[in-house]
Amino acid sequence: MGVTLRPRAAVDAFAAEVSGDDAVTCVGGRTQWQVGGAVLAGTREVSAPSGVVAHEPADMTVVCGAGTPVAELESELAAHGQMVPLDPDDPAAATVGGVLAVGRSGPRRLRYGHIRDLLLQATIVGADGTVTSAGGPTVKNVSGYDLHRVQVGALGTLGFLAEVRLRCLPVPAVARWFTTGADPFALSRSLYRPSSVLWDGGLTWVLLEGHPDDVDAQAVGHDLVETTSPPPLPDGARTSHRPSALEGAAEAFGSGRFLAEVGVGVIHHHDVPRTPVPVRAPDALDLHLKLKQAFDPSGRLNPGRQPW
Amino acid sequence: MPAVRQDLDLTALVADLSAVLGAGQVRTEPLELALYGRDASVMEGRASVACLPHSPADVQRIVQVCARHNRPFVARGSGTGLAGGAVPVEDPVVIATSRMNRILSVDTADGVAWVEPGVLNLDLSHALRPHGVHFAPDPSSQQVCSIGGNVANNSGGPHCLAYGVTSAHVVAIDVVLPDGRMARLGDLDADPAGYDLRAAFVGSEGTLGVAVQIAVRLTPDPPAVRTLLADFDTVAAGAATVSGIIAAGLVPAALEMMDQKAVEMVEAFVGAGYPTDAAAVLLVEVDGLPAGVEAATDTIDEVARRHGVRNVRHAADEQERALLWKGRKAAFGAVARIRPDYYLHDTVVPRTRLVEVLERVYDIARRNDLVVINVFHAGDGNLHPILAFDAREPGVLERVQRAGTEIVQASLDAGGVLSGEHGIGLEKRDYMPIMFSAADLAAQDRLRAVFDPNDLANPAKVIPAGSRCGDLAARQVPEGAWV
Repeated sequence: MGVTLRPRAAVDAFAAEVSGDDAVTCVGGRTQWQVGGAVLAGTREVSAPSGVVAHEPADMTVVCGAGTPVAELESELAAHGQMVPLDPDDPAAATVGGVLAVGRSGPRRLRYGHIRDLLLQATIVGADGTVTSAGGPTVKNVSGYDLHRVQVGALGTLGFLAEVRLRCLPVPAVARWFTTGADPFALSRSLYRPSSVLWDGGLTWVLLEGHPDDVDAQAVGHDLVETTSPPPLPDGARTSHRPSALEGAAEAFGSGRFLAEVGVGVIHHHDVPRTPVPVRAPDALDLHLKLKQAFDPSGRLNPGRQPW
Repeated sequence: MPAVRQDLDLTALVADLSAVLGAGQVRTEPLELALYGRDASVMEGRASVACLPHSPADVQRIVQVCARHNRPFVARGSGTGLAGGAVPVEDPVVIATSRMNRILSVDTADGVAWVEPGVLNLDLSHALRPHGVHFAPDPSSQQVCSIGGNVANNSGGPHCLAYGVTSAHVVAIDVVLPDGRMARLGDLDADPAGYDLRAAFVGSEGTLGVAVQIAVRLTPDPPAVRTLLADFDTVAAGAATVSGIIAAGLVPAALEMMDQKAVEMVEAFVGAGYPTDAAAVLLVEVDGLPAGVEAATDTIDEVARRHGVRNVRHAADEQERALLWKGRKAAFGAVARIRPDYYLHDTVVPRTRLVEVLERVYDIARRNDLVVINVFHAGDGNLHPILAFDAREPGVLERVQRAGTEIVQASLDAGGVLSGEHGIGLEKRDYMPIMFSAADLAAQDRLRAVFDPNDLANPAKVIPAGSRCGDLAARQVPEGAWV
């Protein structure tokens, strides 16, 4: 294990493939391909290296190619009682790099936080084919600017993730889903760190993880009824809000027409189509444009897609 | 390429600052400026003038004057930084945020509190207590360090093992950019549009602008907490216990280690009942729901026994818990009992390499004829070797400096990093090329230049001179600086 993720042959080959003057797009599992707009037709496609490179269970870190399917990473980690809660809808198809580049956390964000905080280090291929490393190999590190975290949610428009080092967590002793008709907002504040609270405007689903006795006690104390699995996430648009704004969702969209991530602020819609999703421009848009200009002056990386 | 800095016209600068600020907010007395020339590192610089803003608008006016004069500025919190990040270089205007110390709102529905940058870390946690929540990052300096400083350094603390560092606990930041504009980075929305400039800003050590209002995430207080003190005959047994706890699938809230020198020193200072004959003690805290906490406590007991622990002391109540933590958090202050001066290092190594790197640290201290004390965040491999010395002793500074470089190199050799929580600042700026390639550093500097093309925000920090193409402007290094 080196100081940085030094480019191995696969990363070098990927960098050579990315190099050129033409427009190029990095393809993962195409599971969130519509997010941030469609790539311009005719753009050359490349794929990041795949496979787990190193898993250090005692250090709770794992290194893998960005093109590794999430399910492959999950099974390597599960063999050691560990996990990286990336939690995409379709882990067999979704790639680690794709999930990070799109930057959308899964339904357990309420407990485990945003997926960007799982990324410790990244090897990045830039618009000119240069390979750089950002972040560090340890769980704690403040050496230099966090360029790796800026890649999360950037949709591959500032560079392509080639290899990543992620922070692992222990798999909880038990994980059980429950349902209730109680007010989800009061419930999410009253439960101690639930892993997920989903609400469709009428019913609420709760994921509790941890020691079996604690899960039992919380469920009994809040009159939760066990259920086998949560409802599938609606396949319409996914919109982002302040957590408190979700309280008006039933009135705005109609009960049963959405599934909201309570405490997080995400709504998955049945009726709002996936594209085009109206998104307002970020504050200080010129800074975002300058960042793009600084890292991809000719605009060849994933043209057509942008995170706003 | 940054413009060549024009000569300082102090009279005009002070006049322009005084015109936009109130009486007493612009300070030029040499004695007072000397206070702003240092932080808690061993480096010293010089402020041309210091400003005491009361509001975001004040900061904006100051930065606008600086931009007009092409004069650098350095924002400063409590000055507890250990890497020289707040040491003024290139005759800057120092912006001291100590009077911006209001907690603006506590919003449990959105799970955030808006605070001004000068709010002290511990004051915030005290103010949040009635709401049953807290701000998770808890650096050892938490009684005096500011939230703005925590943002600048992406601060950690013992409890970031389980809860993560500052970046994970800052939702949005209103910043004054180096050109004098106000911008919100991040937002209270789940997924704010655009690039994650908030993530770029946290930990940028004041080089991308000045944070003027910060939305911090509220973490629920755990229903149950258990604190244990385990003592060992060897450092290796303590470190093996750390690895064993992690291997058992536990991530304690905190997992701290102190060696014998540290225990002796702290015990004489605090009297927390630490066993002074132990080679190493582990301070372990687990929190959460009661059954999980009990099970984790049993597991830790068992792992410690397997590694030949001498004794495990369980804090019986909140008072005893506070006393055990006081021992840990007072460690740096207690060094004065051994030597008048100390140099505190901060590197991280993979947990699995702890014992080997600690042995190298002891060896480095021995070869350089220095006293070393180890108090550190064992759970995440974050070493804090303290080199204690007496600066009056001829030649000692050179030995301390040499030992420091060797410790950094030993950590990097073991697959570690330059800094876990203190930052790069001036102290480690010139070590950056050991960890990063020229291309890596050029990419970091491109990010910096997006925010600050004229290099006005805390210049000469983090990135070594020469990382920017064509940047040949000579850097003034402050007198006495160890870089």
